[in-house]
Amino acid sequence: MTTRYDAIVIGAGHNGLTNAAYLAKGGLDVLVVEKNDYIGGAAVSRELHEGWIYSNCSYVCSLLRQSIHRDLDLTRHGLMIVPYAGTTNFSRNGDYIAEYTDQAMRYREVRRHSLRDADAMVRYETDLMRYAKLIRHFLLRTPADPTSFKPRDLAELVFMGKKFAGMGAEQVYEFIRFMTMSAGDFLDEYFENELVKALFSTSSIIGTALGVYSPGTAYVLLHHVMGDVDGAVGAWGLARGGMGAISNAIAGALREHGGEIRTGAPVQQIIVRNGRAVGVALDNGEEIRADIVVSNLDPKRTFTVIMDRNDIPADLRKKAEHFKIRGSSGKVNIALTGAPDFPSLPAGHPLRHGSFQFLDTMERMERAYDDWKHGRWSEDPFIEMTQSSMWDPTLAAPGHYFVSCFIQYCPAAVQGGWTPAKRDAFGKTVIDQICNYSPNFRDLIAHMEVRTPYEIEHEIGLTEGNIFQGELTIDQLMFNRPFPGYSQYRGPVKGMYLCGSGTHPGGGVSSACGANSAREILRDLRRPNVVPEDDVDE
Amino acid sequence: MSPMVRLRASRDIAHIHRGIMPTPFHSRSSRLNLNQQWSQWNGFASAVYYADPQLEYFATRNTCGVFDTSPMRKYRFAGSDAAAMLDRMVTRDVMAQPVDTVAYNVWCTDTGKVVDDGTLFRLGAEEFMLCCADPGYDWFCLAAVGFDAVAITDISEDLAALALQGPTSCALLKALGFAGIDQCKPFQVMRFPFGSGRLLVSRTGYTGDLGYELWVQPQDAELLWDELFTRGGVYGIQPMGDESLEMARVEAGFLAPDVDFHGSLHTVERGHDHSPLELGLGWILNFRKQHFSGRAALIAQKESGNYRRLLKLDIEGNKPAQHSILYADRKCATEIGYITSALWSPVVKANIAYGLVEAKYFGGQIWAEIYHQKELRWQRKVARCTRVTKPFWAPERAKLTPPPDC
Ligand SMILES: Cc1cc2nc3c(=O)[nH]c(=O)nc-3n(C[C@H](O)[C@H](O)[C@H](O)COP(=O)(O)OP(=O)(O)OC[C@H]3O[C@@H](n4cnc5c(N)ncnc54)[C@H](O)[C@@H]3O)c2cc1C
Repeated sequence: MTTRYDAIVIGAGHNGLTNAAYLAKGGLDVLVVEKNDYIGGAAVSRELHEGWIYSNCSYVCSLLRQSIHRDLDLTRHGLMIVPYAGTTNFSRNGDYIAEYTDQAMRYREVRRHSLRDADAMVRYETDLMRYAKLIRHFLLRTPADPTSFKPRDLAELVFMGKKFAGMGAEQVYEFIRFMTMSAGDFLDEYFENELVKALFSTSSIIGTALGVYSPGTAYVLLHHVMGDVDGAVGAWGLARGGMGAISNAIAGALREHGGEIRTGAPVQQIIVRNGRAVGVALDNGEEIRADIVVSNLDPKRTFTVIMDRNDIPADLRKKAEHFKIRGSSGKVNIALTGAPDFPSLPAGHPLRHGSFQFLDTMERMERAYDDWKHGRWSEDPFIEMTQSSMWDPTLAAPGHYFVSCFIQYCPAAVQGGWTPAKRDAFGKTVIDQICNYSPNFRDLIAHMEVRTPYEIEHEIGLTEGNIFQGELTIDQLMFNRPFPGYSQYRGPVKGMYLCGSGTHPGGGVSSACGANSAREILRDLRRPNVVPEDDVDE
Repeated sequence: MSPMVRLRASRDIAHIHRGIMPTPFHSRSSRLNLNQQWSQWNGFASAVYYADPQLEYFATRNTCGVFDTSPMRKYRFAGSDAAAMLDRMVTRDVMAQPVDTVAYNVWCTDTGKVVDDGTLFRLGAEEFMLCCADPGYDWFCLAAVGFDAVAITDISEDLAALALQGPTSCALLKALGFAGIDQCKPFQVMRFPFGSGRLLVSRTGYTGDLGYELWVQPQDAELLWDELFTRGGVYGIQPMGDESLEMARVEAGFLAPDVDFHGSLHTVERGHDHSPLELGLGWILNFRKQHFSGRAALIAQKESGNYRRLLKLDIEGNKPAQHSILYADRKCATEIGYITSALWSPVVKANIAYGLVEAKYFGGQIWAEIYHQKELRWQRKVARCTRVTKPFWAPERAKLTPPPDC
């Protein structure tokens, strides 16, 4: 038996759902097929232990395009993004450095550690903001193909050139330097204090198989400040109900526009006939037909697993095999039965509601990366511990807490392969690290979910467990994402498209990849565009 | 290897408990701040007004007003390279500045954009104090690159300061026994023994009137306040807050950072910062100096003549042109700039403002689109603006030495 749709989207990650919602809004009959029994991919909320809701993968939100939130009416579909703030970075000498949201407190806190760095923060934040504002123009736009002479590409190049040149000559030079720099070198140009640098460095290696002193990590830092919450650029928020609330709201919009979702339906292959995608074959042998097939999977998985090598150019297959998608992150989700003690921060201190990190020098981060290079998880891991439930009453009962720990570094493969025992040993390393700063933490654990890149890959299909569906290095960004010649969301055969984080503008819960891809599809179908422009910085 | 962590108890850590701190005068000023109206300036509580902003404003023009300037940032530059280093950083001639004088200065980026403005005190051959509104230590360290024999210290918290401004200010200081203060010339510095140490007095201020700034160690701050207010009653002394100072400084023709100009170091968008020429500060650019940061760019800009102008404007009617956009025509067809500061001046009886106007238009007609409310209902009017070249308020007494007693 075969069924027919206008379009099939493979994968119900938030980008797949966004893509499908816009195709449905554009008038197509759309089906989303998802291998798991639940939707959301890496933007998901699940109750793995009764009474606690985990954001199993992603845990904070800043990149989600506000214009999409508004356009798909996600608030009515149950989404609320609450600003979340206040990172505290504990140091081994028992002190800490914190990022207060209040300007004056923030200044005085940094000044407590370094007068010069407190004053230098203005310069640092201004320069970073300048780059963020530049990049933000391109998030909800398809990258121009710089080799094409099509009027549309030329117009896009002119747009890009104008924004770029608009910064002024000396800033253009600075920006080009910045894009190729390491976060460590970049921070060294502003700050002298190790603790200050450590605090600002952490977002430069999130999800990245590079160290703070590897070229290219300055951009990753920018990738983490280019989002916003209600126009506050660089701010992060929590989705009430966990990150799954984002996927669920988009799914609500999709259904409202008449789209369908089938879970528990893994796709085995994209069916290609005469150089055209004509549908998908599920693992169970069922075939579903459509003229448009969109893959929400990462580019490597798309082109090496669910497409036959005879259906795509050899060169593309080679590019896909060499796509840099190394896993480097782990995740430990924890259910606590009480608030842990952190002796250096008194109970009731406002920072107790924020996120915690345990890094006092960039050198420690570099050492943690060294372990990864040798195929081991970091013995002294970097942890971002987010206490979401302190802000979100829907995640756990009063007095109970959900704590999300994001960890660098954890390799996709360890010697002899990952086993449950090794996974648990990784989990123990993480808990040991937290207990260095919070002696009673362990006693409060009711349940925990330990995820190495192995679990992340096997559950969500992110190759090697890379959280961004491909590394955010300059060779894999903008018109090079995922590969040169394929940055405009079109695949190698007619009717086949990409819409996941492996495409521009890259990883993170942004909905931008899915939306941009839908815009291109509707364009190819000569249908009116229903995908909004970005409303950044009007 | 797992890291060695030595836990510390919370009480052993210098937590930042709040963002707003008392100045050394707070025990006194908070008593007079009847409605506890405070703003936050560099992390310190600064009175918005004490009892009546109108009265406080008139004190600077009629008797004398006291403003707590302690939140100002103060930096000490000392050493044999101090003068040369500052000479490269600021736009005026520091080498020629006599000891015990003060000079208003700006400092710029290499592209000639204003980083900040402030007053430079030469307190000795090799010792200076620079006062400015915003923290600048990082920039000063950058500006000192290549100069080894200069030590830069943030002394902001080591000095408390009051501005005493108005026609009776000299008389009051004389009454307090500061002998010879009447001989202090504008921009001159004098020292007097006071409390546990000494009082530094400079004949400077932000009101354009006769006035002084008084600098003491924090432990003598309350004593200074008490003496001024005990003796000052008969001289009509009033504490003054931000609101009245703001009126006085616009009348006097002074600029406020982050109001009339946007410091270059925190400017994200190109063209949203300013050159000193645009701000009407050409008079403090000393191009005879062989070098200062921004010199080449500023010479080129000056020669081109092609730069915006911050103009003093006298605007018809009596509705302050706050937040107004400026046009070249009454129909508001051609937008040419915007207002940065605006108020009704009670002493001059004029509707005054500063407006930043595009290079092409500063010589022509200027119209302000003003919105104002009548019993909640918004009204719009378009008012003609006239350029003014002199400060709106510049009484003779401010320049006289000795000054009159009232
Ligand atoms: C541990 C972790 C933490 C993160 N933290 C953050 C964060 O805090 N903030 C942030 O903004 N971003 C974060 N990210 C990144 C962000 O979550 C992802 O970039 C984003 O969610 C990816 O969305 P996507 O829709 O492009 O792809 P995915 O979420 O990867 O969706 C792909 C979907 O395809 C499905 N699928 C795979 N194979 C098949 C198949 N054969 N047939 C059918 N379906 C299939 C998968 O099950 C999945 O649902 C994190 C990611 C991870 C893994």
